[in-house]
Amino acid sequence: MTDMSYLDGNMLDGPLRELFAVDLSTATGRCEHCGMIGPMAALQVYPHAPGLVGRCPNCAGVMLRLVRSPDRAWLDLRGVTYLQVPMPLDQPHPRPL
Amino acid sequence: MGIVSPGFQGRPRSAEPALPAGQYLTQDFPVLSAGPTPRVSLDTWEFVISTEGGVEYRWSWDELRGLPQDTPTVDIHCVTRWSKLGTSWQGVSLDTLLEGIGTAAHYAQAHSYGGYTTNLPLADLRGGRAWVAHTYDGAPLPAEHGGPARLLVPHLYFWKSAKWVRGIRLTTTDQPGFWETAGYHDYGDPWREQRYQGD
Ligand SMILES: [Zn+2]
Repeated sequence: MTDMSYLDGNMLDGPLRELFAVDLSTATGRCEHCGMIGPMAALQVYPHAPGLVGRCPNCAGVMLRLVRSPDRAWLDLRGVTYLQVPMPLDQPHPRPL
Repeated sequence: MGIVSPGFQGRPRSAEPALPAGQYLTQDFPVLSAGPTPRVSLDTWEFVISTEGGVEYRWSWDELRGLPQDTPTVDIHCVTRWSKLGTSWQGVSLDTLLEGIGTAAHYAQAHSYGGYTTNLPLADLRGGRAWVAHTYDGAPLPAEHGGPARLLVPHLYFWKSAKWVRGIRLTTTDQPGFWETAGYHDYGDPWREQRYQGD
């Protein structure tokens, strides 16, 4: 039986835009569970739950949890070892001393 | 607690609030799922209670079905705001499963096939208030609702009633689970509207 209960990670764009100035749907993430590196837009997102659950497309491990109450939001990224975010070249950025 | 489900008292429903604050009544049974639905064969299914000292008590499917069975009819309240009244289940009371298990633990963490976890005080699993349920409305519990068996703890928000339950760890310290570590309330009493941390 095919599991059609998830959406692709592009749907996270709106919900995460509320929290971050950067567009995380263009970010690359590394899965804490299996080590796969890939676009966050490729996560499999389960929306019919108390929060949004984003799972690794390779191992189905939980990479992201986003819970929204009327006045607060919780973002749990413990399943992501890093996020790589594209940055404009002409922007000042901190360098090692 | 002090609040008993209306219906068991022989009083008209209007005598008590039928629904906790912020809930709406639904007639269907919404499917909530935080991941792929595990498909567990009854041949390999097991339920395990482990104590804080590392002792494990195991039941196979046939052993679970061989225990005394309860048929609770209960109201259920999902934190996503739907409530369903008078749902009929069959299962084994946690009182039966915990009988004879020596423990000084005050907390329990249920864990499921598929990796889901949820925590609750051990006291809330006792006293005829919690079951391992395998039958819903007279039929085997469908996989999308947590079959072969799910935890049923109707006096707390329904995320505590872990689908696809595989076991319960008895612990001396509280071990918050899948939603409790991501903003949801540690206890989750619908009658006190304990939805999120700090409620
Ligand atoms: Zn992975």
